This record gives sequence, C-alpha cells and structure tokens, in this order.
Amino acid sequence: MNTDIAIAILATAITAGTPIMYAALGEILAERAGILNLGVEGMMLVGAVSGFILALHTSNPWAGLLLAMLAGGFMALIHAFLTITLKANQVVSGLALTLFGTGLAGYIGKSYVGIRLPESFRAVPVPVLSDIPIIGPVLFNHDPLVYISYFIVPALWFLVFRTRAGLNLRAVGENPAAADSVGINVFRTRYIYVIAGGMLAGIGGAYLSLHYVPVWVENMTAGRGWIAVALVIFATWNPANAIWGAYLFGGLDALGLRLQTLNVTVSPYFLKMLPYIFTVLVLILVTRRNMLSRRGSPKALGLPYDREER
Amino acid sequence: MIIRGTRLTIEKRLVPSSSAYLVIPFISIFMALLVGSIFLYFSGHEPVAVYYKMFKGAFGSRYGITETIVKAIPLTLVGLGVALAFRMQLWNIGGEGQLYMGAFAATWVALTFPEGSVWWVMPAMIALGMLAGGLWALLTAIPKAIWGVNEIITTLMLNYVAILWVDYLVYGPWKDPAGFNFPLTAVFSDAATLPGLFDSRVHAGLFFGIVAAIILYLVVYHTRWGYEIRVTGENPGAARYAGMNTTRNIMLVMLFSGALCGLAGMSEVSGIGHRLQHGLSPGYGYTAIIVAWLSRLNPFAVILVAILFGGLQVGGFIVQTSGIPSSMVYMLQGLLLFFVLGGELLTGYRLNRVPATGEATK
Repeated sequence: MNTDIAIAILATAITAGTPIMYAALGEILAERAGILNLGVEGMMLVGAVSGFILALHTSNPWAGLLLAMLAGGFMALIHAFLTITLKANQVVSGLALTLFGTGLAGYIGKSYVGIRLPESFRAVPVPVLSDIPIIGPVLFNHDPLVYISYFIVPALWFLVFRTRAGLNLRAVGENPAAADSVGINVFRTRYIYVIAGGMLAGIGGAYLSLHYVPVWVENMTAGRGWIAVALVIFATWNPANAIWGAYLFGGLDALGLRLQTLNVTVSPYFLKMLPYIFTVLVLILVTRRNMLSRRGSPKALGLPYDREER
Repeated sequence: MIIRGTRLTIEKRLVPSSSAYLVIPFISIFMALLVGSIFLYFSGHEPVAVYYKMFKGAFGSRYGITETIVKAIPLTLVGLGVALAFRMQLWNIGGEGQLYMGAFAATWVALTFPEGSVWWVMPAMIALGMLAGGLWALLTAIPKAIWGVNEIITTLMLNYVAILWVDYLVYGPWKDPAGFNFPLTAVFSDAATLPGLFDSRVHAGLFFGIVAAIILYLVVYHTRWGYEIRVTGENPGAARYAGMNTTRNIMLVMLFSGALCGLAGMSEVSGIGHRLQHGLSPGYGYTAIIVAWLSRLNPFAVILVAILFGGLQVGGFIVQTSGIPSSMVYMLQGLLLFFVLGGELLTGYRLNRVPATGEATK
C-alpha cells in the first residue's frame, strides 16, 4: 500500500518534471552560447497553445508537438535578433518575450479554453522493462515525450562536452572574441542555440497542453518557465544535471497534489506556494555552492558581442 | 544586408542621438500597433476601428480620462519603484508581489481598527503598506547583496507566493461573512478610505505618485546617494573602487523600490476597492516594467508613460465588449517593448548606405 503511493508519487514526479526539464535544457543551450533568454515562460505558453490548437484540429498530438517546436523556435528568433544582431539588453528583451508570449497565447487561445483534447499523448508501457518491480512503473510506464527526454539528456550532454560543435558552443559563451579569432562564427552559433533552446521550451509547453493537463488554460505554465531558468543555475549549465533538478521540482509538485487529495489540514494555498519557495531556497543554496566551488555561469553570459570592441 | 545594390552598414555614433530619444517611442508605438493590427485582422476584427474605439474609450470622455488616471496611479508608483532598482541594474520583477503585500498590510490595519475616524489609521496603513512591500523586496535583496543570488528569479517567484497568500486570506480567514461567499474582505471604514477626487474613482493616491516622482528625482539626481546608485548601475567596478558600499546600497534600493510598490497596493485597496480582494491587480507589476523602461527610468517620464499605459488598459477593457480578449493589451505591450529595444540601436548607432562594390568585409 505504502509502496504503491510512493511509486505513484515518483511516477508523477517524472511527468511533472518533464516540461521543466525540456525548458531547462533549452535554456542551458542558449546560456552556453552566452545569451540569457528570460522568455522561457512566454515561449512555453506559445508552444502550449499552438500545439494544442493544431492537435485539436488534426487529432494528432505529434503534429501539435511539431508546431509547438516551430512556434517556440520562432519566439526565440525574435529574442535572438534583438540581442545578437541589435545588441539589445538581454534581460529586458527576455522579459518582453515573456510578456508578449503570455499575451499572444491568451489572445489566440481565447476560444479554446477548457476544451479537452480527444487525442493526447498517452502512456505507453515499455514491454519487458515496465514489468520490473518499482523501477518499471516509475520509469517505463509513460508517454513518448518522457522516453524521448531519456535520450535527449545524454545526447545534449555529449553534444556540449564531447563534440567539436559543443566545444565551439562553449567557446562562444566563454570568450566570443577568442572564438571569433579562430574562425568560429559567433553570431551564427548564438542564433542556432538560442533558436534550438526556444524549440525545446516549445516542447516543454506542449507537454503541458498535450499530455499533462491536457487542456488549454490561460497562463497554464504557472511559472514553470521561470523555475526552468532557476534550474539552469542548479544544473551548473550541464544538461546531465538538469534531470535531477527537474525531477526534484516535479516531485514537489506531485507531493503537493497528493497532500491535497489526502485531506491534510494545510490550506491548498500554502501547498501551492511550495514550488516557488523551494525554488528561492534552492537558488540561494546553489548560488552559494557555485560561488564557493568557483563554478559560475558562462563568462560572456548576458554580454552582447561586438566585433569592433574586441 | 543587401538592399538593391547598396549595402547597409551599422556605424557606432560617438554621441547618442538626442532626436532619436524622442522619436523612437512614437515610432515604436506605431509599429506595435501595426503588428498588433495583423493579429486583429486575422481574428476577424477591423484594426483601425478597434484602435479608434480604444483611444476614444480611454481619452475621449470625462469618464474615460478619469478611469485612465485610476489605472495610471498604481502604474506610476510601481513604475517609479522598479525604475529606481533598474538604475542600479537590479532587476526587480517582483513589483506585483510587493504590491500585493502592501495591500495585505494596509488591509490588516484597516480590519484590525474598524471603528473608524481615528486619525492615525491612514498614516499607519501607508507606513505598514510601504514597509511590507519593502520587506518583501528585501527578502530577495539580502541574498543578492551577500551571495549574488539572481534577483530576477527570486523576485518573480515571490510574486506567486504573495498572490497565493492574499488568496488564502480572502478565501479563508478574512472573507467577508456578508460577502455572499465572494473572495473579498469586509469594506473599510471611512478613516481607512482614501478620499476621492474630481467626483470620480480617482483618489488621493494620485498625489502619492506625483510626490514620489519629485522625491525620487531629487534623490537620484541631486544627492550623493543617488549619485552612488547611478555610478553602481553604470559601472559596478568603478563604484567598488571608489569605496561605495554596494552591499548596503543593493539592500536600500530594493527596500525603497519595494516600498513604492507596496504603496501602490495600499492605495489600490484604500482608494479603489475599499477592501482586499482576489485579483487585486491586472498585472500592474509587469506592465510597470515596460513603463519604467520606456521612460528611460526618468521619474517624470514615468508619470506620462503610466498615463499612456493606463489608457491602453482602459481601451483594452472597452473593446472586450466587441469580443477582443484582454490579453491583446499584453501582446501590444510586449510588441511595444520589442520595438523600443530595437529602436535603441538607432540612438547609439547610425545606419549608413554604401554602394555594394564586392570588396566589403563581412
């Protein structure tokens, strides 16, 4: 009985953590290239709404997912153009992207609020693996997007730390002038990873509207995009670490939901505060740890690159 | 960029163009409306008619103008608060939460001393409202000042906490027993109500905004401390080298920034709602970020831009009756900020046209 509850909570932790993980992975790529994108929340919302609308009309969640990726990528392109080409302030541009994305998603999703998706992503148990006790139901009884994330995390880690492209990416984020001098195209690299980051945020948003809920509700991300930004610091800009952070936050979400159904005397408003308070506390602890162990952000993070000023 | 045989190059100006400072906001507004009209058109609305209706609704009648001022009051106060923090490159995105905490503390005073006509109730509401907003901001300023914890994320996270806290109160212990189960508190006594002005919903909170702008202007441009804030914002290294106490200044600036947002919350419950309620602010804390940036952090410009955005809010409300979602207003605000940011390039750079003769460097 107790193990059943534990398994249910752990399995929910993974589904609740997955959208945050996709978004955080995307932000890691952008920040590794030296571009801070605070528009994650907006990109997720636009991904969620556009994916939902197409999935509803085509009855095909995969089509929705594809559109969500493109929409997230397009949103990121706006930020890329403003911050890379026009050298605008990255903090303000990212905030503008979140405000714009929130408004845009609310605008185009207005007539879709509350409709339930007939064909959403469903759990597909992996043959054999899902029969393993405990591990099976926790890890291998999920929807396809969770399985894809199992592959994307190691793939991105390999890309960033074990390939020539990843070396170039890190060089651009650490020292763009040096990267430029050895022939790496700083502007192109930054554009590519900012847009790829937006696509991943779009997937994260679509995960909410195509599986987790699966309904479109205005502002349904409820701060998950911002938690993803915090998670990047927690993960010390390493895709492999994003997995633990995401499932930790997912677990907290799952625990809060579980406590509400168990009729505990704590007000649901306090339970809903948990992920936000937890994010603040974790951010404080992690920033201290990173400072003491001298693990910091990419050196050129937030700074525009100007060839005339190197 | 190649445009019909000529190449556009971007050249850095030695002195930022001053005419561009004035022209860019207007071009930005025009461009944002233009892009917004594409969305309006494709969702079956007549853009020009919609914009005309918005403008007329916000500025075309006595009622519209007073309602615009009603919205401009909190936008001014929060806009001034975040502008002060932005000056020091402190990204206070928590205006919304600080507003809610100010409203909460002011309401506590009003509900605890309901008998009314006690002269000190109003000053106490102002003081506690400001204190609560300031302390809420200070919660993020301390870790920022000591360990460099990212204040953008912490201030934003605390917005959700503050809103949930107010929801807890108005849905729970503070709910008005005579309120037909609506999420709101009992109505404040007269002593806890800010007097109305011009026979409209405009209230004395208007003076808070004007006085705060004057004080802020004097402090930022005419005091030693204001000078320290400006130097720290523009060059933190130089500030440290000159022996300025950055740690202390981060905490003080965030405290005052939050206090102004708290004052906005206090004046909303005391001047508009006369009670605390769910959904107290339609995102003033976020809109104020744009107000602050658009006014280039100048306190007096904040008032003017706040009136413009108050009008946008009222206009957006008016056209909701024609089936246009309120989120359009936020979309337009985001677009406006994009164009302002893009336009800033023109103040620092100059576009030059040169004939494309092949030999140009890439």
